[in-house]
Amino acid sequence: MSTLTDLRRSMVAEARRRQRLTWLISAVVLVALPWIFSSSFSISIMTQIGIAIIFALSYNMLLGQGGMLSFGHAAYFGLGGFLAMHAMNYIADGAIPLPVPLLPLIGGVIGLFFGFIIGTFSTRRAGTVFAMISLGVAELIAALSLIFVGFFGGEEGVSSNRTKGPDFFGFNFGPDIQVYYVAAFWALIAAIAMFLFSRTPAGRMANAVRDNAERAEFIGYSQRNVRMISFCLSGFFAGLAGGMFAIAYEIVTEETLNMNQSGAVLLMAYIGGVGYFIGPIIGAIIMTLLRTVLSNFTELWMLYVGLLFIATVMFVPSGLTGLLMMHGPAWKRRSLKRLLAPYAAISIPSLAVIMGVGGLLELTHFAHTTSMDDRVMTLFSIPMNIDSLLPWAGLIALFIGGVLGVRRLRPMLLDAWADANGAGGGD
Amino acid sequence: MFKKRIIAGIFGLAAMSAGASDASAETIKLALIEGLSGPFAANGQAALREYEFAADYFINSKGGVNGGTKVEFLGLDNKTSPKESLIQLKNAIGQGARFVFQGNSSGVAHAIVDGVNKHNERNPDEKVLYINYAAVDPALTNDSCSFWHFRFDPNADQKMFAITEVIAKRADIKKIYLIGQDYSFGKAVAAAARLYLSQKRPDIEIVGDELHPIGKVKDFTPYVTKIKASGADAVITGNWGSDMVNLARASVDVGVTADFFTYYAAGTGITAAIGEAGKNRIRVVSEDHRNPPGSSAWIDYMKAFKAKYPENDLVYPRVATAIAMLANAMNAAKSTDPQKVAMALEGMEYTRLDGTKVKMRASDHQIQMPLNISVHTNEDITWDYDNSGYGTHVESTIPADKVELPTSCKMERPS
Amino acid sequence: MLEITIFSLLNGTVYGLLLFMLSSGLTLIFSMMGILNFAHASFYMLGAYFGYTISSHIGFWPGLIFAPLIVGVMGALLERYALRHVHKHGHVAELIFTFGLAFLLEELTQFFWGTDQQAYKGPSLLDFPLFTLFDANFPAYKAFMLLISIGIFLGLLLVLTRTRVGLIIQAAITHPNMVNMLGHNVPFVFMATFGVGTALAGLAGTIAGPVMGTYPGMAHDLGSIVFVVVVFGGLGSLAGALVASLMIGIIQTFAVGLNYSVSDFLVTIGVSFPADHFLHDIWTMTLPQVAPLIPYLMLILILIFRPMGLFGTRET
Repeated sequence: MSTLTDLRRSMVAEARRRQRLTWLISAVVLVALPWIFSSSFSISIMTQIGIAIIFALSYNMLLGQGGMLSFGHAAYFGLGGFLAMHAMNYIADGAIPLPVPLLPLIGGVIGLFFGFIIGTFSTRRAGTVFAMISLGVAELIAALSLIFVGFFGGEEGVSSNRTKGPDFFGFNFGPDIQVYYVAAFWALIAAIAMFLFSRTPAGRMANAVRDNAERAEFIGYSQRNVRMISFCLSGFFAGLAGGMFAIAYEIVTEETLNMNQSGAVLLMAYIGGVGYFIGPIIGAIIMTLLRTVLSNFTELWMLYVGLLFIATVMFVPSGLTGLLMMHGPAWKRRSLKRLLAPYAAISIPSLAVIMGVGGLLELTHFAHTTSMDDRVMTLFSIPMNIDSLLPWAGLIALFIGGVLGVRRLRPMLLDAWADANGAGGGD
Repeated sequence: MFKKRIIAGIFGLAAMSAGASDASAETIKLALIEGLSGPFAANGQAALREYEFAADYFINSKGGVNGGTKVEFLGLDNKTSPKESLIQLKNAIGQGARFVFQGNSSGVAHAIVDGVNKHNERNPDEKVLYINYAAVDPALTNDSCSFWHFRFDPNADQKMFAITEVIAKRADIKKIYLIGQDYSFGKAVAAAARLYLSQKRPDIEIVGDELHPIGKVKDFTPYVTKIKASGADAVITGNWGSDMVNLARASVDVGVTADFFTYYAAGTGITAAIGEAGKNRIRVVSEDHRNPPGSSAWIDYMKAFKAKYPENDLVYPRVATAIAMLANAMNAAKSTDPQKVAMALEGMEYTRLDGTKVKMRASDHQIQMPLNISVHTNEDITWDYDNSGYGTHVESTIPADKVELPTSCKMERPS
Repeated sequence: MLEITIFSLLNGTVYGLLLFMLSSGLTLIFSMMGILNFAHASFYMLGAYFGYTISSHIGFWPGLIFAPLIVGVMGALLERYALRHVHKHGHVAELIFTFGLAFLLEELTQFFWGTDQQAYKGPSLLDFPLFTLFDANFPAYKAFMLLISIGIFLGLLLVLTRTRVGLIIQAAITHPNMVNMLGHNVPFVFMATFGVGTALAGLAGTIAGPVMGTYPGMAHDLGSIVFVVVVFGGLGSLAGALVASLMIGIIQTFAVGLNYSVSDFLVTIGVSFPADHFLHDIWTMTLPQVAPLIPYLMLILILIFRPMGLFGTRET
């Protein structure tokens, strides 16, 4: 008996130790990143990623942990941002003696406040009712933000200057690198806090209510109260992200709380994987990079994001993280290397499919928009003349060949998969 | 064009740190920050096209500025979002661009002015100049004016001043209806209209002053019915995009016979969509002067553009002016340092391709040029839109000195 | 005033019946399959774009027939090869899928047709004022829209109440499992319903495109309104969809016609505020200004107080 308890205890302690180590490594990475990617553009991208991580994690408290599909999460992000911005103006005027890096807390409190108000009526039910209410509320707030110019600043939004705050250990937060560290700090703190919340009884109950609300009621938990707690905290962290946004850009406009922003956070969380704590983090990183880096290479980036999203929903509903986690059993069995060759083999036709589709889309788009004396597009470092048939035929062939190749290699990959996972493949 | 580099490094993190390097190249980098994807992409793409064309036409084909330095445009996609614009501003600076161009959306323009001011204050050795060619919020050259901002488009107040000049001479107009989109620009248009009408024609009755939600109205018939019921002789609106097209078409369906005085009822995707419905009834205020073109130099420019892009129209004629003046300023300053170029631009005079004289006013960096009121028609149109046969023809011209308005700008110049 | 009343009523009915054409398909799909199709309005958009492309090559009338058919086939194929696949992962995954689909279809539309508004025009045959009342015209094309919408409503009513297919559909709405057990090919019924529902949306787009504009944002602009109609009327209730469509159509049109603001009301009860008050924007808010917000307010209120909607029998 006692040995069993001891074992349990030591396992819990081991898990705790590993979590602490993970957070410590994350902190070191966050500190080190600006030395590796030191250009001002990459620092601004990393700041943006930090904000996106907080926002996406807060969204996943609803969708992933609580089973509440929200189409209007940007409302809390945006309201938190606007209030933090007004607070920054008061700070710049000397009316509030608050150091600038603590502004996200103001955003958080505002998010909590609105989460509480809207949660009182929207958390009674989950599922479609919740989704529809979130949609209605978000549309209302977005539309009102254009009418109430006094508070939201109309089209120009509200702006301020982050360097006018009281002295904070000698930093004035003019240089972007200082802002990056503020964002990294809050991202880490928020991630730890949200992770710890998911391990509390309230966090566990959120999962239980998501999976079976009736059963949770039977053991004495009001499903509404459980959802309410998640909802309010989610509003808090969304507002925190909004406050961080205010510091990073020194301007908050209607775009922070409109429907596009709500859709973007849904995409981030879902593509990353809503079933895992780390999923939204991965989603936030990937989507931000796609948005800022890919959009500098192609005007069709939104189309690619749409295709990626649809493909994720259809084929990998557990998201990119789910895809990685699927390899856990094989990793433990040390049989991952058996998958290497099949993966390498299938990646060639898969790449051909992607290049075929992307190439055809890009070439078509180029043909739509180019001028009379510019008929050659360099794609995959091959110059292609849109007036000749060859590039088109080549890309179509690449696509069809890729599809055939994938179909051909698929059984082999499935066999290898079963083999690596010990399901006795081959038959 | 930039998109040719496609896929080159999408997944390579190299793209992230590549920003800081290669600023020392021989060419001068000019960054256009516009919505190149998303709902307003057509405008952003048109601007990029015309800037690249103008840069080749005025600078690169003539051997460059300052005795041989050529220019190159970077197109950076801001998705018409203020936040993304600030990120792309950093991107542009990182890639070595010291001249930033933007025009679509005053909201974005305010964000960029603010961003450029803060950047120049915090990074005195890499100053940046912002060329605004279409954001017309008067505040940008009044209360929010900046030394680092130059506007090559007459502002919304000047345009309303020109509209009311024409209305003042029309004795048949006794009742006016104001309708606009419910945001800062729509409100500013209505306020300016009230102000100038009360000065120039106090007898005119304003029979309606309406704001509708921007981009949310599917059917304008209820609004148009009110216009009809009010008995208005003329309608003034700042509507743009589909809000403008649908307003014009609904008004024809209901049988509104009032004249429309507009800011944006002309252009690619608008003129053709309005079509017959707006003939001789819709008027547009702008610096546009393609029908009649005025001079052979201007015809040559438009012909060269059309030869290169047969499917596209020239959307921003003032782009030619902006690039030509910038090139002159660089030559005059014998430098490409943004501060010296800005000094040279202040007060600079220039004769536009069509022979008209324009001036960059030093006190607020607002260009002063004549404004035209043109009418939507298919008669006597050489340069139409979307190959539809419809275009705008200049009806009256208000000279530059007449539309020169006082400014409240208190310019802070760098020492 | 009388003029505005009559025209508001007429226009409100036209708009309301158009909404019904969209929401009838959506509610059929929902009640049968449990899918709240976020992309429903995207099929409306596709209808308008196909109608435009066909009309610019062959003419408006062939477009009126072929565009909805193409859209319907696309909808059916989508159900068969994509939605059925996602169905395994549950309702939330389906909702997210249709959300992504709406996003993707908008991007694809921009890719093929560009971002500008298209010059989609109604037939010249109907390009005349039907009648003139108080000096304002009522265009013949609007009467035509009205006729088509009423025709569709009557057709649906007949099919659902008088035919065997209608019986199966009605049964499938209320007792899907029972119908399956009786040996009907429920997957096929689903696919057909999805096809018909999207074709109706396509038809709505084809006839509304010339009046309300054909541009990439048109799906987004109407999408949430259609949702409101379906939820407000009661999910699964065609009668509810009709009543809610007409209500929203007429209320929105009337709200535009009436120039009242909060401050007008406050003045009548003797309260006034200075113009520089920081809540100035609220006092000066007028009814036309907030007209487009009314549907969302209705949506929230009904979900709070009567989640099954006006005529619904089961909860959302």
